[in-house]
Amino acid sequence: MSYTTIRSGEQVSLKRAPRASAEHVDKTYPLWFHLPGGIIYLVLFIVPTVFSFYFAFTRWTLFKSTFIGFDNFVLFFSEPGLIGSLRNTLVYGFLTSGLKVVLGMMLAVVLSAPIIARGYLRSVTFFPVLVSAVGVGLTFQVLLDPFNGVVNQLITAITGHDGPGWLTDPNIALLSVVGIDVWKGIGLATLIYIAGIAAIPNEYFEAARVDGASSWQVFRNIILPLSFPATSTVIILSLIGGLRSFDLIWTTTQGGPGFASDVIASVIYKQYQAGFYGLSTAGNVILFIVVTAIIYPLSRWLNSKETVL
Amino acid sequence: MSFRKQGRLALIASLGAGALALTACTPGSLGSNASSGSASGATAVTITVLADNSDQTTKPLQAVIDAFNAKDTGVTVKLESRPQGTDGDNIVKTRLSTGDMDEVFQYNSGSLLAALDPAKNIVPLTDESFMANVDDSFKTSVTSDGQIYGVPLGQATGGGILYNKKVFAKLGLSVPKTWAEFMANNAKIKAAGIDPVIQTYGDTWTSQLFVLADFHNVSTADPEWATKYTANDPSAKYAVDPALKGFQRLEDVAKAGYLNKDFASAKNSQGLQKLVKGTGAQYPMLTFVVGTYSAMSDTAAQDIGFFAQPGDDASTNGLTSWSPGGLYIPTSASAEKQAAAKKFLEFVATPEACDVQTKAVAPSGPYAIKGCTLPDGLPAAVTDLQKYFDDGNVSPALEFVSPLKGPNLEKITVEVGSKITSAADGAKRYDEDVKKQAQQLGLEGW
Repeated sequence: MSYTTIRSGEQVSLKRAPRASAEHVDKTYPLWFHLPGGIIYLVLFIVPTVFSFYFAFTRWTLFKSTFIGFDNFVLFFSEPGLIGSLRNTLVYGFLTSGLKVVLGMMLAVVLSAPIIARGYLRSVTFFPVLVSAVGVGLTFQVLLDPFNGVVNQLITAITGHDGPGWLTDPNIALLSVVGIDVWKGIGLATLIYIAGIAAIPNEYFEAARVDGASSWQVFRNIILPLSFPATSTVIILSLIGGLRSFDLIWTTTQGGPGFASDVIASVIYKQYQAGFYGLSTAGNVILFIVVTAIIYPLSRWLNSKETVL
Repeated sequence: MSFRKQGRLALIASLGAGALALTACTPGSLGSNASSGSASGATAVTITVLADNSDQTTKPLQAVIDAFNAKDTGVTVKLESRPQGTDGDNIVKTRLSTGDMDEVFQYNSGSLLAALDPAKNIVPLTDESFMANVDDSFKTSVTSDGQIYGVPLGQATGGGILYNKKVFAKLGLSVPKTWAEFMANNAKIKAAGIDPVIQTYGDTWTSQLFVLADFHNVSTADPEWATKYTANDPSAKYAVDPALKGFQRLEDVAKAGYLNKDFASAKNSQGLQKLVKGTGAQYPMLTFVVGTYSAMSDTAAQDIGFFAQPGDDASTNGLTSWSPGGLYIPTSASAEKQAAAKKFLEFVATPEACDVQTKAVAPSGPYAIKGCTLPDGLPAAVTDLQKYFDDGNVSPALEFVSPLKGPNLEKITVEVGSKITSAADGAKRYDEDVKKQAQQLGLEGW
């Protein structure tokens, strides 16, 4: 049984499944059976979504709202910091996603090899994922303090010069947060890759060994292409996470210094804090559209690559 | 099996009963059984006060509440706390809009109060007899559409520059009355190897002082500035003089290299520590921090002095002052509770309540209630501050004479103070920020 047949088999069953199960449900359950779930979905998801689209077109103080058409969207796009925050969002999303793919793959290859204390090393890689983002952010804020932080004290002790202002220098603040995000999220990417590599049938490796392939050739021609499903999962998950990332940025730099590490989500949060409820709702609608516009085609493209395999 | 089932049923029943018992009392009355029993019988009313959780608020407020509860008024008051800053603002706004506010709440006066839509949400106190005890300057900061809404809690504070008197004495410096003198002092302090100006952008709010405390200089240059600014007059913008000077002064000290080297990451408390130790000479600040630094060393209270932010002209030198926060009654409270809340506010507006607060925490400035006096032996900075009030050289800060304050000022002043943007660009950006706030408030002419 080869890998490709598993995939194509899945495709067939996936195509057939929805229609078959829909008919099945129709026949078995009466309407009232769907009602409780339907009402919960309506009240908690549909109604707030519709409301938020409405409030995005109003000037809203929580006490009263005035309909102002597209003014909020115009204002949001004319915000001087918006271009910067949009660029930061994309830089942050694609950089964290890319680094997690590359580093996660490398770590997974190492941790799939028969090395000493493999189980322990795998757990250590995964631990940061289990810690809350706020805790990680506050910890790194202390560690990266330009003069009292451990990191820069070490740099000063070795080089004799002051280290960089990791979170306070406007040129590198965003990159520092990217580094922290990668450190925190790499465990999940590694885990997905380990599972992906473990799912590759052993026959390929045996055949390669018989043909005398080098380890680089094994990696390039077997592990890399056959763990593609893992790659696309990691890309999608980390990109969605990166594009709407907020908690780490807020706890480390609050979008600062000034506006240097602002992303769309932190701009929205600040507008909400300031009481611009209509404007920030409009921002959320825009964030929703931006994330969808990037993720939907990307995920379609990655899926189409998978079926070719 | 059946036994276990019964046990489970009993558990569910008791949980349900517990939930019923919980819903029967308001959050504020939790655990108040003992005290309401001792109050005057059936007429006892319990009200709660929602206040921010800073020491500067809770300590004196709790003392006032204790003193009030000790009297036999038939009203018992409880304190409930909320976070400070913008998170606290959101809690107050959400509770008001859902009609879920405590019977009394503590909140800022001035522009932040204006954003609460007082006409709809707050009970006017204009006709209450106890309002005669309240200072007129405070009344203007809690007035909206001709109605007065609050009673002051705590003391006025000054915005200006705290300085280390020992450093000044050692270098033979005198308190500057003009910006030129201030910069000349800075040059000498720097030559002596001491940081002339402390900035602490780890707490971003501290970056606004040079701009906000400059308002006395703005309003002496143009007494109508605040009115024009609220009305969107193009001559009263931060991007043009006289208001632009505040941003330029921040830029001046940053460009001259007068800041402490860890200005970008230091926190407010670290800044105060530098000031007390004398590694930094001057710190633009609000005087409410007096209690904090006084606790840092035995002599700190007398070593640290205060002067108003210098302007262009020594003859108009004066102080920008911040009104104390107020106590307000929401319209959502029932008539009976409103009457009880007014009894409490009546007590707050007496000199007796001031004395209780003075005992709880050393005052950081004068009270806004008539007949209140300050004790002797106060920290030097408070005495310096009091002098401006005694001489009448005081202007209220802009946020108390206009409902407009842009929410992003502290980010913009960090940018200017860190030399990321110029003073002119920062001021222009702040004008945009103010415009958004004006539109949100629905002001005319924007």
